[in-house]
Amino acid sequence: MTSLVWAWLTRAASWQGEGGIPHRLLQHVEYTLVVVLIAALLAIPVGLFVGHTGRGRWLVSSANIARAVPTLGLLFAVTLWVGPHIRGNLAFVVPSVIVLVLLAMPPILSGTYAGIEAVDPEARDAAAGVGMTGGEVLRQVEIPNALPLMLSGLRSAVLQVLATATISASVGMGGLGRFLIDGQQQGDYGQAAGGALLVALLALVIDALLAGLQRLVVSPGLTDRASRRSRRGNDSPAGGKVHAANPVDAATTV
Amino acid sequence: MTWLSSHWSDVFSLARDHVYLAGLPLVIGLLLALPLGWAANRSRTAYPVIITTTGLLYTIPSLAMFVLLPGILGLQILDPRNVVVAMTIYTVALLARTVADGLSSVPAEVLQAATGMGLRGTRRFVTVELPLAVPVISAGLRVAAMSNVSIVSVASLIGVSQLGDLLTDGFNRVIQGELVTGIVACMVLALVFDTVIVVGTRLLTPWRSTQVAPA
Repeated sequence: MTSLVWAWLTRAASWQGEGGIPHRLLQHVEYTLVVVLIAALLAIPVGLFVGHTGRGRWLVSSANIARAVPTLGLLFAVTLWVGPHIRGNLAFVVPSVIVLVLLAMPPILSGTYAGIEAVDPEARDAAAGVGMTGGEVLRQVEIPNALPLMLSGLRSAVLQVLATATISASVGMGGLGRFLIDGQQQGDYGQAAGGALLVALLALVIDALLAGLQRLVVSPGLTDRASRRSRRGNDSPAGGKVHAANPVDAATTV
Repeated sequence: MTWLSSHWSDVFSLARDHVYLAGLPLVIGLLLALPLGWAANRSRTAYPVIITTTGLLYTIPSLAMFVLLPGILGLQILDPRNVVVAMTIYTVALLARTVADGLSSVPAEVLQAATGMGLRGTRRFVTVELPLAVPVISAGLRVAAMSNVSIVSVASLIGVSQLGDLLTDGFNRVIQGELVTGIVACMVLALVFDTVIVVGTRLLTPWRSTQVAPA
């Protein structure tokens, strides 16, 4: 296996042109970024609304139930039903993007909602007590406190999209998934496994970057980094709040 | 509906394969996650190691895992055992952390009371800690079950047969009835798994009169 993969990775042709590794890798990253951006723009406001007002909780629970729909089936169904209505090359891309956005929304929605929901009511009351308006409470108290869970949701969404974008190659999408699907169909295990290795590495690198981002933007007051300094030895082996059990892990990787 | 009425037995036999490929890893995964979660909950050094490793494994996309495992395990690519191993890895990755969190949710007073009554070590773990952690572990198991049922259908892309075959075949030959049957069958199966876990949880935790929280 190693030699086949190595042979494919070191072949000059694997690195050139439209079907080359650099182009496919960029495509994959591009799909993921665009899809997660669209999903975040749709899901974050809804999550903030539900969390802040406590109204429309059914939205969150129905988004969770929708997870029972098999990803592959959703991808095929949307491609079959939406694809024919779209002309040209977009006929392959648009259905996949729709499915990817649909899959990315539940983790972002429930992360945002759960984050806002979990904000200490006393902090909220205190903010209202010092004269903050509803919008100020949301922006200055609830969102900063909810950031760890919101970002966990975003992280789950990114991984979900990255994984499903790979599968989308089976309905004609580009990206790294092409190597897996084409390699499989051509009986070229080196290409399939090489592509799989690249997808796995990409997922690990992107997840590590997001973990780093999470550390950077979350207020130190919320993590065990600050508490470890102020209250030595008081932290549980389960770690600080950022790492504690969170409902967003309910996301399915595919 | 017409498609389904003439293909009942095919759907049934694919569903049986699906139950095996998604269900067996749940059982093995849970059995492996219990000692891992126990170790992670007990030791401050083991926690980050176990949680990080399982987290990294969970990150690997399923199609990549299905393609890479045959090479690593030395099995044929069509061997269903690849799928069982892949799904077991995902289940352990999800549950190790859930078990650790579940065990750490057991109140310290309860542990002290148990120790005071003379329960120690394994006996305290099996009779007090584990039963009290069941609700949290069960919530994780439900998530794993739902995700397993969905991921297993992807194995059709590498030629391992189960309900996902209805999806690929329905798509390739544009048979809408078959595609819809595949989607519905997967959802029904996810619901069956979920119901079994919920009922099992209720039997294991008779002191909880209230309903198990919905996922």
